[in-house]
Amino acid sequence: MKIRRLLLTALAACLLGGAAPAPASPEADRTAFQAFFKDRFPQTPFADFGNGPYAVNAPMRKQWEEIMQFPPYDFALDEGKTAFETKFANGKSYADCFPSRGIGIRQTFPYFDTKTGEVVTLDLAINRCRVANGEAPLKYQTGMMASITAYMSETSRGKPFAIEIPDDPRARAAFEEGKKFFYSRRGQLNFSCASCHASSSGQRMRGDILAPALGILAAFPIYRSDWGSMGTIDRRFTTCSSQMRAEPLPPQDIRYRNLEYFLSYMSNGVPITGPGTRP
Amino acid sequence: MQTAGPFPNETTRRATLRLLGLLGLAGFAGTAHAASAPGWPEDAFRQKTPDEALKLLYGKSFEASDKITLDVPEIAENGAVVPVAVSSSLPGVTRISILVPENPYALTASYTLAEGTAASVGCRLKMAKTSNVIAIVESGGKLFGTSKEVKVTLGGCGG
Amino acid sequence: MASTIRVRAQAGSTSTEVQALIQHPMDSGFVKDSDGKLIPPHHIETVTFVHGGKTVLTANWGPAVSKDPYIKFSFAGGAKGDELVVTWIDNLGKTDTLTAKLT
Repeated sequence: MKIRRLLLTALAACLLGGAAPAPASPEADRTAFQAFFKDRFPQTPFADFGNGPYAVNAPMRKQWEEIMQFPPYDFALDEGKTAFETKFANGKSYADCFPSRGIGIRQTFPYFDTKTGEVVTLDLAINRCRVANGEAPLKYQTGMMASITAYMSETSRGKPFAIEIPDDPRARAAFEEGKKFFYSRRGQLNFSCASCHASSSGQRMRGDILAPALGILAAFPIYRSDWGSMGTIDRRFTTCSSQMRAEPLPPQDIRYRNLEYFLSYMSNGVPITGPGTRP
Repeated sequence: MQTAGPFPNETTRRATLRLLGLLGLAGFAGTAHAASAPGWPEDAFRQKTPDEALKLLYGKSFEASDKITLDVPEIAENGAVVPVAVSSSLPGVTRISILVPENPYALTASYTLAEGTAASVGCRLKMAKTSNVIAIVESGGKLFGTSKEVKVTLGGCGG
Repeated sequence: MASTIRVRAQAGSTSTEVQALIQHPMDSGFVKDSDGKLIPPHHIETVTFVHGGKTVLTANWGPAVSKDPYIKFSFAGGAKGDELVVTWIDNLGKTDTLTAKLT
């Protein structure tokens, strides 16, 4: 009895003490990722990370709070709600395509579709729903797509990201692809996403404060002052790529979807703050 | 607004704006349109300098006052949307105007307050570049003002 | 068609706080489009707020007011259920109006 207890204690010490490096896993990655940002921004409450630059810079936050008194995405939100509640020509509606009638589910996107073997984002799911019901797909990035995702995000406001990686090697591979994309340098400026949103997060790049990657997708879709209009995650990925002088990929390209999968999983636990406003 | 084509980024957009201002082409932008809304002080809105705008709007100059609170960010998060709030403890405030000298036209907005309306307005303004923001309050027929600088820089991601 | 005007008007014990958001491009006339052509100015010139037949505020705006413009102010009086009529006119003569009820 005494020997068994000793062995169990030794085993526990071995696993926890980390004598050998633990095998890499998405959960281990997530813990390390979140720890990095918690250490970097000790004043920022964990739940605030969905507020990007405003979570890590007080004067920026003040301007944001002023704008949030009456957010400019209000019009898109209304447009999105109306569109979401409008039946398709065949009598069905978006509610028929999603669990919980599409309400309060944004935090579960993107998910890995084991039937088709790929990451499915909310935007993609919306268009698949439309096409399956005889409607033309919406253009990505802005307009009605941004309005509908704004409404669906609003119904999830405050709910923590809850992304799953099913026990499927393809799902794991998609996650790893997204991770690799995040850390890979690209384009003329030779920056990776991590260069700005991890290593330099919270610092200024000319007029902007770089948002931490933790929670960075929680506020989407956003009304960005720079655009004077709404934009989805796609819009930001493609414009950021261009601005970094890297080849922008088409919206919903599998590489962007995998990146979104990785970033969202890394943000598990961070509450949805969308739709949002940004500079 | 998209600024692709020969003007792919914020740098050239801003440069274009300044160039237009310098060339005096800015005025062209406003000539060919329908008659202005009744009571809209068109001439005041077409002046380059605060002095010229105030002369047309009020016919007088202002004195500095510490009874005006001008709430603006030190560094604007984006020059397209700069939150500005003006309030004043001066008595009998009838009008509040906000001017940005470095904009192509200095006068951005002017508010006429009825009796009983508080001397306090909040709005969101465009600033072409780093500039003072001047808040002018008309109280008892006299003009009082205060100003603060707002830094406007290029966005870091802007190409 | 949905109104371009959103109003939140809250009646307090002695005054009413008003916030309004208006959907409008507020084109200054200085920005070029993707073909390099100047987008002509298209911006609101006046906004009026009328309560009980009295114009409590007139906003005169130039092209430097931000897109989807916002305004916040307060006026004395006002009770829940009162009407506040908000009207804007732009430089092209377009207009919109909304009658909001104080909450």
